[in-house]
Amino acid sequence: MSQAFGMNSSQTVGQKLQQMNWGLVILISIVACTGFTALYSAAGGSFDPWASKQMVRFGAGVAGMMIIALIDIRFWHRIAYPAYGAGIILLIINETMGRIGMGAQRWIDLGFIQLQPSEIMKLALIMALARYFHALNIEDIRKIRFLILPALMILLPVGLVILQPDLGTAMVTALGGIGLCFVAGIPMWIFMAGGALAAAAIPVLWMFVFHDYQKQRVMTFLNPESDPLGSGYHIMQSKIALGSGGIGGKGFLQGSQSHLDFLPEKQTDFIFTLFAEEWGLTGGLFLLTTLGLIMLYCGWVAFRCRQDFGRLLTFGLMINFSLYIIINIAMVTGLMPVVGVPLPMISYGGTSMLAVLAGFGLVMSCNIHRDSKIARS
Amino acid sequence: MERDSERIRSFTRRAVMVGMLQGGLMGMLGLRLAWLQIAQGQKYRMLAENNRISIKLLQPTRGLILDRNGRRIAVNDQNFRVILIPEQTDNIMAALNTLKNYIELDDRDIQRVLKQAKKQASFMQVEIRENLNWDEVSAVEVHLPELPGISIDEGEIRTYPLGEATAHITGYVGAVSEQTDDPLLKQPGFRIGKAGIEKTFDLPLRGKAGTAEIEVNVVGREVQELNRYNSTPGKTVWLTIDAELQTYAQQRLSQEQSASAIIMDAKTGAVYALGSWPAYDPNAFSRGLPANEWEAMRNDPRHPLNNKAIGGLYPPGSTYKIATALALLEAKKINRSSTAFCPGHFELGTTRFHCWKKQGHGAMNVVSALEQSCDTFFYKHAIELGIDTLAAYSRQLGFGGKLGFEMSEESPGIMPTQAWRKAKFGESWQPGETIVASIGQGYTIATPLQLAVMTARVVNGGYAVRPWITAGIEGEPEIVRNWPSLGFKKENLAIVMQGLEAVVNSRQGTARASRIEDPLFAMGGKTGTAQVRKITREQRASGITEDKLPWHLRHHALFVGYAPLSDPRYVCSVVVEHGGGGSAVAAPVARDLLLAAQKRNPAAPIVRG
Repeated sequence: MSQAFGMNSSQTVGQKLQQMNWGLVILISIVACTGFTALYSAAGGSFDPWASKQMVRFGAGVAGMMIIALIDIRFWHRIAYPAYGAGIILLIINETMGRIGMGAQRWIDLGFIQLQPSEIMKLALIMALARYFHALNIEDIRKIRFLILPALMILLPVGLVILQPDLGTAMVTALGGIGLCFVAGIPMWIFMAGGALAAAAIPVLWMFVFHDYQKQRVMTFLNPESDPLGSGYHIMQSKIALGSGGIGGKGFLQGSQSHLDFLPEKQTDFIFTLFAEEWGLTGGLFLLTTLGLIMLYCGWVAFRCRQDFGRLLTFGLMINFSLYIIINIAMVTGLMPVVGVPLPMISYGGTSMLAVLAGFGLVMSCNIHRDSKIARS
Repeated sequence: MERDSERIRSFTRRAVMVGMLQGGLMGMLGLRLAWLQIAQGQKYRMLAENNRISIKLLQPTRGLILDRNGRRIAVNDQNFRVILIPEQTDNIMAALNTLKNYIELDDRDIQRVLKQAKKQASFMQVEIRENLNWDEVSAVEVHLPELPGISIDEGEIRTYPLGEATAHITGYVGAVSEQTDDPLLKQPGFRIGKAGIEKTFDLPLRGKAGTAEIEVNVVGREVQELNRYNSTPGKTVWLTIDAELQTYAQQRLSQEQSASAIIMDAKTGAVYALGSWPAYDPNAFSRGLPANEWEAMRNDPRHPLNNKAIGGLYPPGSTYKIATALALLEAKKINRSSTAFCPGHFELGTTRFHCWKKQGHGAMNVVSALEQSCDTFFYKHAIELGIDTLAAYSRQLGFGGKLGFEMSEESPGIMPTQAWRKAKFGESWQPGETIVASIGQGYTIATPLQLAVMTARVVNGGYAVRPWITAGIEGEPEIVRNWPSLGFKKENLAIVMQGLEAVVNSRQGTARASRIEDPLFAMGGKTGTAQVRKITREQRASGITEDKLPWHLRHHALFVGYAPLSDPRYVCSVVVEHGGGGSAVAAPVARDLLLAAQKRNPAAPIVRG
C-alpha cells in the first residue's frame, strides 16, 4: 500500500519537504490573504460570513495541497484515468439529481459540503490528457487518429457542463484541455482548422444551444449602455466601481460602490472589482503581478520536469489557472461578457478554492518528483 | 533519447508560445485597469457619486395668513399619520387587524395599504391613515409593542381655524394637478393654493424647499445623511380683513339662502370683511375632499364654491341710480332743483316704461328720486344723457372692468356702450336701452365689490379708491396707496349723498325701516331690486307677488350703504340672491354689518407684532 502512494520512492519525507516549493506556497498565501481582506471588506468589515470560512478552507486546502505534493507523481499518473471516470460519473449524477441553484445545476450537496463536480472534472481532465499524451511517442502525437480520443475526452465533460448549464466553466475546461493538447505538440494545422470550425459553429450554437440568459449576456456585453438598468447593469456598475477607485483606491473598507450593493455578487465573481475599487490601480497591478509570478513559477516547474506527464500536467494546470484569472478580470473590466467565472483563491467559494489548491499540490508533486521515471505504456 | 529531446524542444517551443500569449493577455488586463482607473477615472468617479447620493427635498412650511390684528386665518397643524414599514412585520394583515382595534380603518384603506406594500420596496413606508386625532394617536402609541411595523409619523396639514367664515378669502389648497417640472411640486402630498389668497400668493406662501443629500444603496435604502440645507418657510401674508367682523358678516349672511357682502374702507379701499354664503369648509380640502362631496358642491344651485362678493355678477338695479344721478349732475343735464313728473310710467314713442310705483311719485327732484327710488325721473333725464356718457361716468365709479383686487375670482362685469352693443350683437343701440340702463337693468352687470367701490368713490369725496385685501407680505415693502381724485364737483357729490341719506333716514325713504337710530352710527345708502327676468304684462296685471315665484326666478335684493353720515368711513354692499326687495331683505343686513363695523372700528391703526 505504501508503494501505491509512492512513499517508498528514493526520497524520504524530510527530503521531499525540503524540495517543496516554498516560494510558491508564499505566493499562494499572499494571494489568499488578499482574498481574505477583500472578503472581510465585502462583508462590511466583518469576518462573517465569508472571510472566516474562506480562511478555514484555505487552511484545509493548504494541508491537502501539501499531502498531494508529497504523494509520488506515479500515483497521480496511475489514478488519472479512474479520476477522469469518477469525474464523469459525478457530472452525470449532478445532471440527474443535482441541486438547483442560480438557474444552473452546479452542485451536489453532500451535506457537509456542496460539491461542484465540474471543478473536480477540470483537474481530472488535465491529468487524463497528460497521461494520454505521456503514453504517445512524438510521431504518434502528430497522427490524426491518435487525436480522436483526446478530443472525445474533452468534449464529454464539456458537453455535460454546458448542459448544467455553466458556460463559463465549460469554456475554461475546453480551453484548458485544448491548451494542453497544444503544448503536447499536436500539429499546428489542427488548431487552425479547429479555429475555423469553431467560428462556423458559433451561429449554430447561438441558435440551438445557448440559453436565453447566455445570449442576453453576450448581447449586453456588446452594448452594455443599451440597457443600463437591465442586464447591462452588472458591467456598468463594475466599471463604475473600478474606475472610481483611481490610482490609489478609496481605501480599505471605503469602496462605496461595492458596499452600497451597487456591485452584484461582490463576494464571488466581482470580488476583483471590490478589491480594485478599494486599493486602486496599485492594488490591482499588485494582484495581477503576484498571480503572474505564480504562473511563471508553474512554468518553471514544468520546464524542470524530466518526464512528459509532469511537464504536461503542470503546464496544463497553469493554463487552467491563468484562464480563470484572465477570464474573470476581463469580465469585470468589461472586456468580456459576464460568464460567471470566479477569481481563483480570492472569490468566495469552497470547491473552487480546494480545486485550485489541489492543482498546486499536483504542481508541487511534479516538482518534488521531477526526476521520477514513468513508463510510457 | 533523440526522440525525447525533440519532444522537449517541441514542448518548450509551444510552452513559450502559450506563455507569451498569457503574458500578453495579463499585460492587456493591466492596461485595461489603467485605462479605467486613470484615463477614465474622473468620469467613473462622477458616476459613482451620482450612484451613491440621492437628493431628498425637504418640504417648506407654508406661510401663515393672518388677519389685520394678527389673528390666525390659515396655519399649519400637526398631521399625525399612522404608517407601516412592511419589512418590519411578518404579517401585514395581522398588524392591520390589531390596529383596527384602536383606530377606525375601513376595508378600502386596508386594500390600498396591501396593494401599495406589494408595489414598492419593503423598507419604504406606506401611509395607513392620516389626520389622526389626539385620542387615536395616544391609543396607537400605547399599543405600539403589539403593532410590529407600525409607527406614528408627524407631518403638516393646512388648517383654517375659522373654517367656513374665511373660506372664500383664504381659498383652499389641493394636490398639484398641472404638469410641472418643479421637483417640489412633484413631491407626494404637496399642496398648492387652488383658490383665493392661497392661490394668488401661492409662490410667497410656498417657501423654498431644502435638500438633504442622502447616501443610498442600490435599492434606494437610506444609509446616512451627508448634508442638509434646511427649507425656507413660506412668507406670512397679513390681510386687511378683521377676523371678528368677517365671522360676524358671514354669520349674518348665513340667515339668507344665498348672499354676499363687502365691508370696505371708503377712504383707503381696505376690505375689512368679504362674505359669501353659502361657503365650504376649506379644511376638508386639505384633508382631501371625497369626489361625491365635491360634485355635490359643484351642483348646488347656491354655488357654495363661488366667491360671489367679487365674482358674482348681478344687474345693479336701483343701486345704480347713484351713478346715474352723479352722471346727470356732472354732465349738467340736471341740477339740484331739476324736476320731473312721475305718473307711474314714462313713454318713449310707443313704448311704455314703468316706474316700480304704479300710481306714480308725482313731482321729483334728484334727491327725492333717490330717496324714493323713482324710476321715471331717471328714465326721462337719461335719454338726454345718452348711454356713452353714462358709461364713461360709470367706469370712473368702478363699473365695467376689474378693479385689481388680489384674487383671481374677481369678475369684470359689463358696462355697455354703443360700440359694445355693436361689437357684441351687431346692432345699434336703442334709446330704450338707455332708459333701462339708467336704473341698473339691461346689459349692465356688476359685482358686489364694484357696487361697494362705487359707493366709496362717491362718499369719500370723489377719490378713485381700489379695493385691496393684503395688508402686507413678510419681507416685502408696504405698498403706498394714494388714490387720485376723479375730479367730481364736491357739491354734486353732496347732492347725491343728500339723497342717499334720505333713503334711510327720511320719512319716505325706501330703507327707512333699516335706519340706525344712534346718530353717531347713522348710515346712508341705496336700495336695489334687480329683476332676474322681464316682468310680463300679465304678471303686472295679475299682481303676482314675488314670494309665490320659484326661488330661482325671484328678484335679487341689493343694498349699498355707508356710515357714519358725517365723514363716512365704511361702505358696505349687500346682495341677497333671489331675496326679493332690496329694502326689505338687503338693507337690514347692511345695517347690521355697518353697525358692527363701526363698533369694531377696524380702521383704527393696525398694531402688528
